[in-house]
Amino acid sequence: MSRAPASVRPTSAEPAPRRGSDTWTAALTRWVEGLVPKGQWLPDRQPAYVASWIYVFGVACLASLVVIIVSGLVLTLGGVTWWHSNSLGHFVNSVHLWSVELFFATMVIHLWGKFFMASWRGNRGLTWATGALAFFGSLGTAFTGYLIQTNFDSQWISTQAKDGLNAAGIGAYFNVMNLGQMVLWHVSLLPLVVGGIVVVHLVLVRRRGVAPPIGAEDPALSTADEPARPTTPGTPATAPVPAVPVRQGPES
Amino acid sequence: MSARTGGWGITPDSHAFPTRRYDLVKEFVIALAVVTMLSVVAALVFSSPDDPAISLQQWARQAPADVVATAAGELAGTTTSAGYGAPYNTAGTGQTLGPVNLQTLPGVTQPVDSAKDLVLDPVRTLTSDAAAVAAVRVWEAASADRQQAWATAYSDALSKAPDGDPAKVAAGDYGPVPAIAAAELQLAESGSLEGLLTSRTSFFGVDSTKALLLLADGTHLEDLARAQNLGGDQWGIMNETGNYPGQPWLWLYSLWYQVPPFATSDNADIQVWALMILLSIGFICIPWIPGLRTLPRHLGVHRLVWRSWNHRR
Repeated sequence: MSRAPASVRPTSAEPAPRRGSDTWTAALTRWVEGLVPKGQWLPDRQPAYVASWIYVFGVACLASLVVIIVSGLVLTLGGVTWWHSNSLGHFVNSVHLWSVELFFATMVIHLWGKFFMASWRGNRGLTWATGALAFFGSLGTAFTGYLIQTNFDSQWISTQAKDGLNAAGIGAYFNVMNLGQMVLWHVSLLPLVVGGIVVVHLVLVRRRGVAPPIGAEDPALSTADEPARPTTPGTPATAPVPAVPVRQGPES
Repeated sequence: MSARTGGWGITPDSHAFPTRRYDLVKEFVIALAVVTMLSVVAALVFSSPDDPAISLQQWARQAPADVVATAAGELAGTTTSAGYGAPYNTAGTGQTLGPVNLQTLPGVTQPVDSAKDLVLDPVRTLTSDAAAVAAVRVWEAASADRQQAWATAYSDALSKAPDGDPAKVAAGDYGPVPAIAAAELQLAESGSLEGLLTSRTSFFGVDSTKALLLLADGTHLEDLARAQNLGGDQWGIMNETGNYPGQPWLWLYSLWYQVPPFATSDNADIQVWALMILLSIGFICIPWIPGLRTLPRHLGVHRLVWRSWNHRR
């Protein structure tokens, strides 16, 4: 089937003067476009120093999150107690559990990696902060998951956890022994919050780029033996920049 | 654009560096395939723990003396829930952090009168049991002091009886308390107590607060949990039933409960919470904390990460 012809009506691709640049829509478009330098949303090139296995763990963490969400969605099909009596349900619950373990393992390695690399340098403080917030949000989400298992673990964890939450005044509104409330927090509210934080984190990563090595100087100002080939904001990421021969790392 | 970060001087713009081919989408797809495979294999090999929840009926059958002692304790006001304070009642002051009491600030948001909600109201439903009906009537006609004296005396007598067996309790003036406690046990054994506690005010029983408070007021739940190393002083916050990893990411939170002064403090929960909140805020704010924000430079691990880059330089 051939594609439908593109609309002939004016679009945002038209010259700026005809676009109605004072509309809310145009303002929103400009804001979204300005979030990340042109060509950096999904570039097919990275700075040459991005050549270590440590960089894989951020992506692995994101991939784990996808498995968590998908297995969690399958679990929601059968309801809260389905998995106790159905072998498929128990298997999906197991996948959910182990993907959570992998999620935290990769996230912790990612966080420590970023700490040792001082990845907050170069105005990347918020990138670090949103990553740390995503970690703490994930702790809360995993905790509510344990509460809604509707088994012995849930009984024990909820009756014990209530004391800390009550002591902090939180338990008055966040009742860990109220199964209905915890289910909704686990499958709706907390995933949305964590998902939102992760999106902001990813946008910040793409906006600032990957932090350069500690002690690295601006290539344009340094060595003559290896001239810099900048991919400045505005330059397409696919610009013909000579590849730097780096043999190790996840993808080269 | 280069940027200056506190303690680090100018950091060059990442876009100014030479680049290399890097297929983000391919990397993500491979990562997704690997993580999916690992999760599925782990699920097939190790499965996941699922120790069934304890029903109040099981509790009554496995530890009937504990049910009776708990019911008597609820009437005497000596159980954990009866003297808890906010958010369930005003019987206790809760935990404090120095002069600060966050627990009482929101007030009673989930009212629970342990004697009434966990024992008397369920027992009242035994309308065909003349002894139970009469016992509740006698209880309600008595003064608060008299009720307290009966219930406390019976609780004490139970604690002194061999194995806490109600049948071996020494004779005494316990009023209607033994009959009410026996009726509570009867309700639990029949399997109807759970429904009376979770669905009494709503057809849809999705709030287990009262049933769990009653269960936790007894010792049976804790005995079972401690047998699986789930106690607070057994690193139980991060443990899980069976030989499973549980929540290892809570190791630091769990650690504080093992060491003084928290391990012996009456206000351990709020103290640990306060400490963890402080540490968490510190962790989030590392980029702005002098000393911490430049610590990685001295640790030297970054040289391993960027060794190929540094080597080429």
